[in-house]
This record gives sequence, C-alpha cells and structure tokens, in this order.
Amino acid sequence: MEVVERQGDYLTMSVGPQHPGSGHMRLIVTVDGDIIVKVKPDPGYVHRGAEKMCEVRTYIQNIPHLERPVIIDSCGILFAYVLAAEELIGVQPPPRAQYIRIIMAELNRIISHMYWLSIYGIFMGHSTMFMWPMGDRELFIDLAASIGGTRVTFSYFIPGGVRNDIPPGFKEKALKTFDYFVKRLKEYEKIYFNNPLVLKRTQGVGVFKREDAISLGVTGPNLRASGVASDTRKDEPYSMYDTIDFDIPTYREGDSYSRAWVRLEEMRESMKIIRQAIDKMEAGPVKQPMRGQIKGKVGEAFARTEAARGTMFYHIVSDGGKFPYRVKISVPSFRNLIAMSHLLEGNRLADMPVIYWGLDYWPVEADR
Amino acid sequence: MSESNSVEKRILESLKSKFGESILEDGWEGALAPKRIKTFASREKIVEVAQAIKELGFDQVISQGGTDYPKDDIFKVNYHLIAVDNEELKPIILSLATKLPRNDPKMSTLTNVWRSAEFHEQETFENFGIFFEGHPRMERLLLPEDWDDIPPLRKEFTLPGR
Amino acid sequence: MVSSGSAISVFAGKVNDLLGTIVEQSVKEPIRYIVNWGRLYALWPVHLETACCSVEFGAASGPRFDLERFGMLEAFGSLRQCDLLVVQGTVTRKMAPRLQWVYEQMPEPKWVIAMGACAISGGLYIDSYNVIQGIDKIIPTDVFIPGCPPRPETLIQGIIELQNKIRRSRVRS
Ligand code: SF4
Repeated sequence: MEVVERQGDYLTMSVGPQHPGSGHMRLIVTVDGDIIVKVKPDPGYVHRGAEKMCEVRTYIQNIPHLERPVIIDSCGILFAYVLAAEELIGVQPPPRAQYIRIIMAELNRIISHMYWLSIYGIFMGHSTMFMWPMGDRELFIDLAASIGGTRVTFSYFIPGGVRNDIPPGFKEKALKTFDYFVKRLKEYEKIYFNNPLVLKRTQGVGVFKREDAISLGVTGPNLRASGVASDTRKDEPYSMYDTIDFDIPTYREGDSYSRAWVRLEEMRESMKIIRQAIDKMEAGPVKQPMRGQIKGKVGEAFARTEAARGTMFYHIVSDGGKFPYRVKISVPSFRNLIAMSHLLEGNRLADMPVIYWGLDYWPVEADR
Repeated sequence: MSESNSVEKRILESLKSKFGESILEDGWEGALAPKRIKTFASREKIVEVAQAIKELGFDQVISQGGTDYPKDDIFKVNYHLIAVDNEELKPIILSLATKLPRNDPKMSTLTNVWRSAEFHEQETFENFGIFFEGHPRMERLLLPEDWDDIPPLRKEFTLPGR
Repeated sequence: MVSSGSAISVFAGKVNDLLGTIVEQSVKEPIRYIVNWGRLYALWPVHLETACCSVEFGAASGPRFDLERFGMLEAFGSLRQCDLLVVQGTVTRKMAPRLQWVYEQMPEPKWVIAMGACAISGGLYIDSYNVIQGIDKIIPTDVFIPGCPPRPETLIQGIIELQNKIRRSRVRS
C-alpha cells in the first residue's frame, strides 16, 4: 500500500498490484480514518488481448487460449464459446457428449469453488481452511484429469462434442470421491462455517441488497446470495440440464457469509448433477465428425452459460471465413467489478480482503 | 414452437407499436429464433428505445461490445440484455444494436438506463474509440497507461507478426 | 637505519598480506558454504501473481505437493523480507514497470524464477499486443520453468535447480 495523496481528512492510497491477498489488480482507495469512502478499481494488469487474438485464429485454434482466463474453471468458460461456435458452424453434439460436458463443467465448478474457499481461508488467517480444501481439491483434479488428460487446462470441449470419451471405471472412482466429499463437507461446515472467527468477520459484512445486486449487473452465486434465484442452467437450459433435477441454493441476507454458503451448497448440487448425468448417459459417439476447414456461416450467434463465477456470455460474429470476425467475451468477474466498489464504500478497510475475495473476483478473467 | 415463441413475439410487437418498423434489425426476420430477440435503434433514438426495453423487464446488461465494419464504414454497437428477476423473460436474451459512422463514433450513454453498462461502455471506448456522451468516467480501463496506438479492436490495427 | 626499518616493515607487511590471504582462503570456502546453506533452505517467495500460473503455485503450496519440504516457504506479502521472485505467468505492458519496481525493492541477494511459457517467451500470447515476450527482457532471471501451466512437480524441480545454483554461487564479502 502506498499513499497517493492526502486531502483534508481523506487519505487516498493504492492497494496492489502486489499485495498480500490474491490476484493482481489495483484498487485506489480513499479512506476517512479506517472507513472506505471511495474505491476506484484499476484492472488491466493481465489484459492479454484475447478478443483480438480470436480474430487471427480458427474456431479450433481459439480453444486453448480462451480457456486460459480462468484455468480453475476452464470448462465453464469454454462452454459458452463452444455453444455459440456450434450455432455458427452448424453442428450438434451427440447426446453422450452433452452429458460428458455437464460432468466436466460441474467438476470444474467444484474445483473452482474449492480454490475459492481455500484462498478465503488465507484471507481470514485461517490456515487450516487453506490446507483442507486445497487437499480435497486434488481429488477432483484427479477425476477431471482422468477425463481431460491434464491437471487444469483441458481444452476438452470442441465444437461438435468433446475430445474423447470418459475412461472405464470413472463412475466407481467418482462415486467413491463423492461419498468421501459429502462427509467432508459436513466437517467444513463445522470447522469453518460455524467458526466464531469466521462468523464475526463475514456475517453482515458487505451486504448486497437485492435491488442493488440486480441493477449493478451481478450474476451467479453473488446474485443468488442476495435472494434472486437466477441461474442460467435453469433459466435457459443448455446442453442437457433440462433433464436433470437439481436445486438452486438461494440465500436472502446478501452478506459475505451467505455468499460463502451459496458456494458450499452449490458443490453439493454439482455432485448431485454429476451422479445423475453418469446414470443418464448412454453409449454412443462423443463427437460429430467434421472434415475439411471449419467455417462459420455468415451471421452472429450468442450464447450464455453458468460458469462458476456467474453467467458467461459469448457473442461471435462471423463473415463466413475460417476465422471469427469478432468475438466478444463477457465475463462475470468483469461485471462484478462495479459491484465491488459499491460494496466496499462505507465499510472498514480491514474488511476489504473479505469483501474482495467474497465476490470471487478473478483478475485474469476480468481483464481477459 | 409457437407456444415458446409467444413471449418473444409479444415483446417485439409492443416495441414495434411504439417505434415502428425501424426496430427490426435489417436482415433479421422478426423474433423467430427461440429465446433470442434482435432489435435495432438509430443512435438518436437509442435512449428512448432502451427505456422502453427496461420497462418491459430487462434489468441487466450482460454484455456490450462493438464490431468494426470498415467496408461499410460503420461501427456496430450491441447491447445484450437479460432479465434476472422476471420469470417469463428469464430465458430470453435481447440484443439492441445501433450503428455509428466511423468518422464520428459518438453516442449517448445508456448508464442512466442500466447502471451495469458502465464498465462495458468504458471498455468499448478504449477498444474502439467510441465515445459515450454523458458517461461518468470515459477513461482508460484495461490498456496500459502509455498506450499511444489506435484502439486495438479496430480492424486496421494488426497484431505484430500477423 | 631508516632503510633497514622500512625494509622490515615492508617485509612484515608482505607476511601480513600472505597470512591474511591464507587465512582468507582457508575460511572463505567454509563461510561460503555456510552462508549459501543458510540461504538455500529459507527461500521466501514474494506474493506476486501475474497471471493464471498462480493457480498451480497455490496448488504446489497445498498439502499434496507441499513446497515447504524443499525449503521454499509460503508466499509472503512484504517484499522487503523476500529473496525469491516467482513470476507466475504472463507479464503485460501494464505490469512490466510494476514488476521492475518489485524486483528493485527486494533486498540482495535475490533470485528470479520465470514460471510458465508466458513468462519465458510470451507463450500462447506471443502475438498479443499487450504481452511482454519473456521477462528476461526486463529483469535478470535465474531459472525458467516450462509448461502452461507447469505442473507442481515441475515447479519443485525448478526450485531444486535454483538451490543447486545458490549452492554454487560466490559470496561477496
Ligand atoms: S503459461 Fe499458460 S497457465 Fe501460465 S500464465 Fe501463461 S497462459 Fe497462463
């Protein structure tokens, strides 16, 4: 932190881009005593120009770099791109591929939420809570790696299906992991969610009112913690989500504590979804064969999906060539940015880490 | 099909009755794609149309971006709108487009209609050089402070080595 | 009288120098060893994340890979107390001057690891308009760890390489 300027009773300082928390973004904070008066986010430290790069790569070549913005949720971020690209290319994935996509997307959601939870532990100085989820996360990484081949960056979804079938014995391994993890989640609740330290630091901190959450454009778990049951998986069921029975955990309080609860409950729901998807899957091909140069038809397509951090949106314009003409990526973290400054104002400086990470802001995603 | 399309039709009809045929985007035959509505407004009228769309229940800007068409000498600006708090409209994405001439890329901001458009417009400003009049902070967001090239997402900006 | 005295003092000075060199030579090696040994197993990395490789860095400090076994401590917030800078991924044009500042503020001795393809050469983003193609253009780099992202095992190997380098390094008096 460094002091930028001093004006009367107010002090303006710069937090980041190197700071003890996680992420590489800067907040220019004006404080009065230790109450935050004004926050000006200064993102862009990881702006890599992904949208421009899309214009010089083919639909397939775009896949690896498009999943890099959120590598902990790499299938979640890719899902919307693949759906939009499929609409332009004119292919339909076979049903088995759609179920496999659901499995992968939900596994990634769990992996991402676990990462979030463990870093949340660091932010609160609760180092047990860093170690436990980090350790349990590896189980799910193993599961995902047995399908996708690598630890985090799978490049697994392609237009027309998925790259390969799931390995034999996946079901048993997955069910074993889930049985273990369901028990484990109970322990998390005990040690973490009922912990007086955590309660003190998160309850009633950074309260997001329902109307504000809607008008500021927040999506995903942050919106659901404020009492709006909005989830793209239910609202506009893509892939095979309409055949699967699951709930959307919603809390009314809108504080940092309920934002944590939403994510915990979501992990349970994700496991439920994967169990059903495994059962519903029937044998068959996993990708549509495509020959020759893949070209999109003239026109535009947009698609949205529910990624771990909120609604992922892609708008692809095609001029009929092998490269997309324009790809617009709209990411949930970027939309949370405006909410973050709104939430921080009026709170104490010491609450900043909790609010900041409670929104699950991922700078690489926001900057693209 | 007709059942699921009725909401889209109704929305389009109500917009049409207010603003006439100009609301239809050229080359797009009505609201026949399921769950998608594409509308168009000239830049003089866009705030009015946006207000009407908001009154219908679309409460969030999920994405806003530009596209550069040097051949036709225009920029197209797309607002994509969703409704998170309206059961009936939840499945629908509405796109509101406008066209700006390339030599005068200016339009009035929609942040007064939807606050969530704020950062999106800022991003479009630095990526395309489109100026949004009345926006609270029309300044640089993602690009480095010392950026002195043309806005990167314009088509005449080429990547090094490509 | 005067001349012999000066001859003696010159002689004594030479003996002194020689003795000094002998002593210095004989303790230099042990001292170097001890100093390097001390540095070797207490590497404090700066908590500076520049892009997505930080996920695997986090996983590497988790219980499964446990970097602390190898003498690499937890990432630390205050860079005045750190001696290792792990550049975790892409460095953009906006980040580059900050990275330099962070490097300059760290006390000597300090080492730099470039983690991930992006930090080495720009990686996947080599043709992007906003990415620095390799951090060795802006700060001196000791070890390069390839991968996108590198697996935690690769990171561990890189750290062992760095420790080998430290073990061999000279100690300035
Ligand atoms: S090397 Fe790969 S994982 Fe690492 S920062 Fe670059 S793109 Fe991200």
